[in-house]
Amino acid sequence: MTVSQYFSGLFKGIASLIKGLTVTWKELWTPKITQQYPENRATLVISDRFRAELVMPHDENNEHACTACGICQMNCPNGTIKVISKTVETEDGKKKKILDEYHYDQGMCTFCNLCVITCPSDAIKFENTFENAVFTRGKLDLRLNREGSKMREKKKPEPKPAPTAATAEAPKAETPAPKPAAAEVKPVAEAPEVKTAPAVEEPKAPEVKNDTETKE
Amino acid sequence: MLLEISHPAELYHLTNWLDTILQENLPEWGALLVKFVLIGVALLSAYAVIALLLIYGERKITAFFQCRYGPNRVGKWGIIQSVADMIKILIKEIIYIDNVDKFLFYAAPFFVIVASMLTFGAIPFGRGLQAVDFDNGIFYVLAVSSISIIGVLLAGWASNNKYSMIGAMRSGAQFVSYELSAALALMTVVVLSGTMNLSTIVAQQEYVYNWNIVRGHIPAIIAFVLYLISGHAETNRGPFDLPEAESELTAGYHTEYSGLQFGFFYLAEYLNMFIIASIATTVFLGGWQPIQIGVEGFDQIMNYIPSFVWFFGKAFFLVFLSLWVRWTFPRLRIDQLLNLEWKYMLPINMVNLVVMVIVVVYGFYIK
Repeated sequence: MTVSQYFSGLFKGIASLIKGLTVTWKELWTPKITQQYPENRATLVISDRFRAELVMPHDENNEHACTACGICQMNCPNGTIKVISKTVETEDGKKKKILDEYHYDQGMCTFCNLCVITCPSDAIKFENTFENAVFTRGKLDLRLNREGSKMREKKKPEPKPAPTAATAEAPKAETPAPKPAAAEVKPVAEAPEVKTAPAVEEPKAPEVKNDTETKE
Repeated sequence: MLLEISHPAELYHLTNWLDTILQENLPEWGALLVKFVLIGVALLSAYAVIALLLIYGERKITAFFQCRYGPNRVGKWGIIQSVADMIKILIKEIIYIDNVDKFLFYAAPFFVIVASMLTFGAIPFGRGLQAVDFDNGIFYVLAVSSISIIGVLLAGWASNNKYSMIGAMRSGAQFVSYELSAALALMTVVVLSGTMNLSTIVAQQEYVYNWNIVRGHIPAIIAFVLYLISGHAETNRGPFDLPEAESELTAGYHTEYSGLQFGFFYLAEYLNMFIIASIATTVFLGGWQPIQIGVEGFDQIMNYIPSFVWFFGKAFFLVFLSLWVRWTFPRLRIDQLLNLEWKYMLPINMVNLVVMVIVVVYGFYIK
């Protein structure tokens, strides 16, 4: 090591140390990102992509998009999902398989998202509601389809002439059918045209309420 | 002392009052005895309280460097957190370990804590607040603080544990090396101030331009930085924490210790950090002297702040510097550690000492 190397090494070392110190000095004053969780429930931001709970979106007519095909059940790597179907006879005399109960055992779920990816009709999705702690394991066994819900029928051509009053409402009314995932919260008050003829039962409000209670 | 300046909030009023009361009511030996006990109690409790403050401050500042809040649940802003931790460590069981060298194993923590206590007593905390004031105070401080390495080596040796042993040996190598630099850096200032008496050194630094770091300009600043680095290394912290290196040695020399014995090591480590900072304060930054620039009104206002507040302010500033360094640099390897000392700091220190001698001999310092 020559003398010049010694001194250049020394001063370069000091310069790099000072550079490091400036970096940490800036870090000292950056806003802290720690979430004060139980206190900040109101303002808490959880990413939409966070997978915490599997849900089956229902629209305002208590209709879901599940065809009871069972693909999600087949794709689930650890048997979390159980699709129980039943066969009913439609009014034109055809036999049809519809969803009876959709069971989701949250205690078994690894939140891998395979069920959502493979669902051909976008009937299920993951929500970011992460506060899932319960006292007994049985409460983790959830039923996703609501009481008295039925499958949303494919869109029919007849609602087209129906809207006369407001033209603006027309596209709104159409949206629930092609995009079932986005349908459940949309405040579309007037879409009776989409509703098709009788299925299993008329939706009842109190039953829906009961269902949410059992979920908790 | 050209200015007649009042010191309303100084603690020496209290100590003088106690002194006169004791002298009046007790015989000479009784007054001395009571004073010894009082000073001992005061120092011990100050030792514990400062350790608690340091632990809290360290955790908080560390957290802020790491972009989090640190303790904030126990009390407002978590200020009682370290008290809770202290209570926890006091009531923990001391586990008696088989196959250790019993006597040395249980003696080791006392070496460490006694060394740091002895050094602690010699620090001038404020105007008239110095328990031990020798004429060779700096020499005393250096000598006494070196005892703690014996405790560390004993702990490692007696633990019958390879990690403890390696940690203690590393600590020994590190301490012996960096002790040289620390002593030489302090000697540089002794050359400048012409005395080893800590109270005289403080008394010399009345105005800011009399502070040793300003008065001795370039060599003094270099000595200050070198002292901070070597003192930091002596306390086994920051980038120099090889003796504890969690990833390699579990906890180093105190791996086998539990309960209050571990607490002694822990306490001594934090207090050593403070002691290094306060020696640097005393020697370089004017000790407990307030910032005085020679303007009468300004000086008077600064004097209303008691001297011990100035002392602790300066010392905690230096502690903050050491934390800043600790959370900036990665841990050194043992060869890098020894290279830094023997190839860089020691030669620089020696040249710096010669430069300081030249400065003093030819009167280049600020008078």
